[in-house]
Amino acid sequence: MTDALSRLLQTRDWLMADGATGTNLFNMGLSSGDAPELWNADQPGNIAKLYSLAVDAGSDIFLTNTFGGNASRLKLHNAQARVHELNRLGAEIGREVADRAGRPVIVAGSIGPTGDIFAPMGTLTHALAVEMFHEQAEGLKAGGADVLWVETISAPEEFKAAAEAARLAGMAWCGTMSFDTAGRTMMGVTSAQLAALVEKLPNPPVAFGANCGVGSSDLMRTILGFVAAGTERPIIAKGNAGIPKYHEGHIHYDGTPELMAEYAVLARDAGATIIGGCCGTMPVHLKAMRAALESRPRGPRPTLEEISARLGGFSSASDGTGDDEGGAGRERRGRRRG
Amino acid sequence: MADDDEIILSELDDEELVLQMHDDLYDGLKDEIEEAVNILLERGWTPYDILTKALVAGMTIVGNDFRDGILFVPEVLLAANAMKGGMFILKPLLVETGAPKMGKMVIGTVKGDIHDIGKNLVAMMMEGAGFEVVDLGINNPVENYLDAARREGADIIGMSALLTTTMPYMKVVIDTMKDQGIRDDYIVLVGGAPLNEEFGRAIGADAYCRDAAVAVETAKSFIARKHNQVAAG
Repeated sequence: MTDALSRLLQTRDWLMADGATGTNLFNMGLSSGDAPELWNADQPGNIAKLYSLAVDAGSDIFLTNTFGGNASRLKLHNAQARVHELNRLGAEIGREVADRAGRPVIVAGSIGPTGDIFAPMGTLTHALAVEMFHEQAEGLKAGGADVLWVETISAPEEFKAAAEAARLAGMAWCGTMSFDTAGRTMMGVTSAQLAALVEKLPNPPVAFGANCGVGSSDLMRTILGFVAAGTERPIIAKGNAGIPKYHEGHIHYDGTPELMAEYAVLARDAGATIIGGCCGTMPVHLKAMRAALESRPRGPRPTLEEISARLGGFSSASDGTGDDEGGAGRERRGRRRG
Repeated sequence: MADDDEIILSELDDEELVLQMHDDLYDGLKDEIEEAVNILLERGWTPYDILTKALVAGMTIVGNDFRDGILFVPEVLLAANAMKGGMFILKPLLVETGAPKMGKMVIGTVKGDIHDIGKNLVAMMMEGAGFEVVDLGINNPVENYLDAARREGADIIGMSALLTTTMPYMKVVIDTMKDQGIRDDYIVLVGGAPLNEEFGRAIGADAYCRDAAVAVETAKSFIARKHNQVAAG
């Protein structure tokens, strides 16, 4: 219990995390296709501004600009030799912004997926994944990150590898998965399965939860799934600002600040402790979320019906938990040799 | 209950063996699929019949259960891998016998987009369904798609994007095809997390595919329509 996030959690019953990284950076002129992480070295002023936008909008936690800062992702930009440097710089800029805030603000070292598929179908092994995440974690640690923040993961193997990397780096960590396929992750993990997986790790995260995914309603259903699994651990909710819509050549997320404020309060009432946004969540959304969290009293835990009435419908009828767990399966013709 | 239940593939009659292959594809058993393909070849089946009645039919079941949320990506990848084992045996024989082709697709993520996991899944499942796939990788400008499609004699151009900032580039590719008068030479399929049907229509694609299973089904139905047109014309 020596990390800054655990200490802050003892003094507050909710914390607000940040919003989108990519959406904000594109607004500052990042070209799509370029690695945002390179800006930690080339445009440090913009990265400081990105972090400040979140802090000024009321975030207690912000994520570093290091989501794709692992060797496998940086290799696409021929920058795989710069993992340590780019992560260290991303955290250093964050440290400065946080220390200037005048209140406790947590610098969370973002670690995204490798983008590779695990063996036997893909090339990734546990050892390789641990090595890549550990290299990144050491850079974030050297730059002064308070905790590691593993996010948008879909494979349980990758989640476990990141946990081991955190242990090797001697860092406290948080971990979230993206539940974007009928309430499960792309690799089929349900909210109940993640809640169970977390408790089996030798170094469980300070907090765990869900980020990105489909829309705020689906994300809320996932949060209720964690709660139903009986977890005692702080739950993280970081949902997208609605769903991207295409209008005459432009794309924008359809979630309004009012909707995100509603989502933030519902997420808290559902049992989430750390509440933030993801894609499409701009400072204007964060400000509305903060104001709502501060001004609106706690309510009872919302039901699925209330969630869909206030935030919109779900993308699928079921999320694979409860009575539907395990799926219907397929009737087998005969037994197979094992 | 080990030995009593063991299935000897060579002792099954044709109908049972094909049903067993559907099960084995579902379970991703590559060795068993390869063995069964060889048994059917020995029994005088044409490579094309083995492909369509055993392998493609089996992968259709896998694709349907993926679409319906019963199977997930890891199981589908194992099934596709088993299918690939069977295809490896059949491919030279299919060429030799001049069997009709399922179709050929060039696929890649669009310019500016480096997120390739969805594209890779579609490529694997398309191969699993018997299509030939030319993978252009990530970050493709319009000329990559059009040069490869022409060079390979492709039927389908597949474009993928994960970012809201890169998905409009799909329209650039389609507009260029229109300018060159080759739009209708190809079936254009698009996919990626932030896309939807409305977007696919707005940019003039033939179809938006929600996931890899839908991509395979959509590709099959468009190819079938194309063949019908050729037959009618």
